[in-house]
Amino acid sequence: MTAMLHVKDLRAYYGQVQALHGLEFELQEGSLTTLLGANGAGKTTTLRSICNMIRSTGSIEFEGKKLDNKSTESIVRLGIAHVPQGRGTFTTMTVEENLQLGAISRKDTKTIGDDIERMYAHFPVLKQRHTQQAGTLSGGEQQMLAVARALMLRPRLMLLDEPSFGLAPLIVRDLFKILGKINREDKVSILVVEQNAQLALELADKAYVIETGRIVMSGTADEIANNEDVRKSYLGY
Amino acid sequence: MELFTNQVLAGIATGAIYACMALAVVMIYQAIDHLNFAQGEMAMFSTFIAWQLMQWGIPYWGAFALTLIFSFVGGIVIERALFKPLAKAPVLTHVAGFIALFAIINSVAGLTWDFTIKQFPSPFGSSPFLGSQLISTHQAGMIGVTLILLVLLFIFFRYTRVGLAMRAAATLPESARLVGINTSWMIALGWGMAAAIGSIAGMLIAPVVFLEPNMMGGVLIYGFAAAVVGGLTSPLGAVIGGFLVGVFENLVGTYIPGVGNELKLPIALALIITVLVVKPNGLFGRTIVKRV
Repeated sequence: MTAMLHVKDLRAYYGQVQALHGLEFELQEGSLTTLLGANGAGKTTTLRSICNMIRSTGSIEFEGKKLDNKSTESIVRLGIAHVPQGRGTFTTMTVEENLQLGAISRKDTKTIGDDIERMYAHFPVLKQRHTQQAGTLSGGEQQMLAVARALMLRPRLMLLDEPSFGLAPLIVRDLFKILGKINREDKVSILVVEQNAQLALELADKAYVIETGRIVMSGTADEIANNEDVRKSYLGY
Repeated sequence: MELFTNQVLAGIATGAIYACMALAVVMIYQAIDHLNFAQGEMAMFSTFIAWQLMQWGIPYWGAFALTLIFSFVGGIVIERALFKPLAKAPVLTHVAGFIALFAIINSVAGLTWDFTIKQFPSPFGSSPFLGSQLISTHQAGMIGVTLILLVLLFIFFRYTRVGLAMRAAATLPESARLVGINTSWMIALGWGMAAAIGSIAGMLIAPVVFLEPNMMGGVLIYGFAAAVVGGLTSPLGAVIGGFLVGVFENLVGTYIPGVGNELKLPIALALIITVLVVKPNGLFGRTIVKRV
């Protein structure tokens, strides 16, 4: 396996406030990597820096290409789908229009219809509601729609920001099962940011722990899950 | 009764023009959250272009098509040159920009074509429509062209990928960028389309109000009124608002003593203020269905 995403010396700022202090990590092609950390540690900022949605310095390389000076939309077009915090659903549009928007930058327009059907197979509830305004879906359904919309890009890498946020535990389990399946079967590399460390570590093969804008620990998901400090601080036992 | 029918039909005809102007205003408002005060002047300038092309011997519909293209490109150029650099500027900067644009276009038109009133031809003539005294062929043509335009716009926004991308960029720019939409160009495209729609309004109303640099002043105010009545966030509302304002204007002018032609314009202003006070979102303003 080769590294698909290289992040080196990443520093990000909100106005005068520095949120990331030289963050470094990498993501192997085909892997499901998780960034763990408490509220305010810099997880969301890291994802937003990758897509150039926030001012940052340092170097981010995706499949050998530098992302530093590219616009958000051109980074997405390289095959990086970002499911933001709050899901970014187009609430006034229908479920199906949301899926079509996911594929809006694709050139191979003929296969979009098939892909929409594939998403309905992954998430049957979306098919039932395909003509409904997306804003009327429940939180869990909207999260599924957000993941499906991201997959419509046929991404090489998917960035997920707190997919479990605000969802019932059962729904979170379902969602993570589907994420694992997408990672294995569709060969989409996934970088997921989570506060729900236990679940994320069950699913991931590699994990990093962020504290106040720095990586403080890295290893395979098992190593991290068995680390005493992590157990005490993030897993709570 | 005949007077009433006549006034309603005439109202619908001018309402069609207000609907076009309102639509142009809403289009830019959706894209950048500001009202384009220069929309009327842009339409006037386009109409002069059409007139100039016809002076050079190009037939009406040829000039019409060329003017549409000119306006579309012109709208994009204005956005790229003037308003893209202002994207993050405060409201007042935008207002100043619009006023400057208004003054510049008005003066350039006056300088080029002077301020004397010119005749502008109608492709539909002005004979009675289908032998009826109630409405002229030009008025029927105004309504017809507007309806065709509306159907085309509906198809564009509802069924094409570019239309979908434009809607996405207008409602949630950040999410739109995250699916790979170049939102900056979508705004430029919105300006181009607004300018083209405005040019249609200008060319249709010019045979009625005659061509001169200040011809669109009143029309734009009615267009604003229509957009406000319908709700600035709703293109459909703007169109319906246009027709409503057109009919309302005519009926008030006819039936309320003392209003007549001279006091028609304050009606538009009264309408704007009333709607803003009573129902600020307009009749069709965005009501998003949300789960609680």
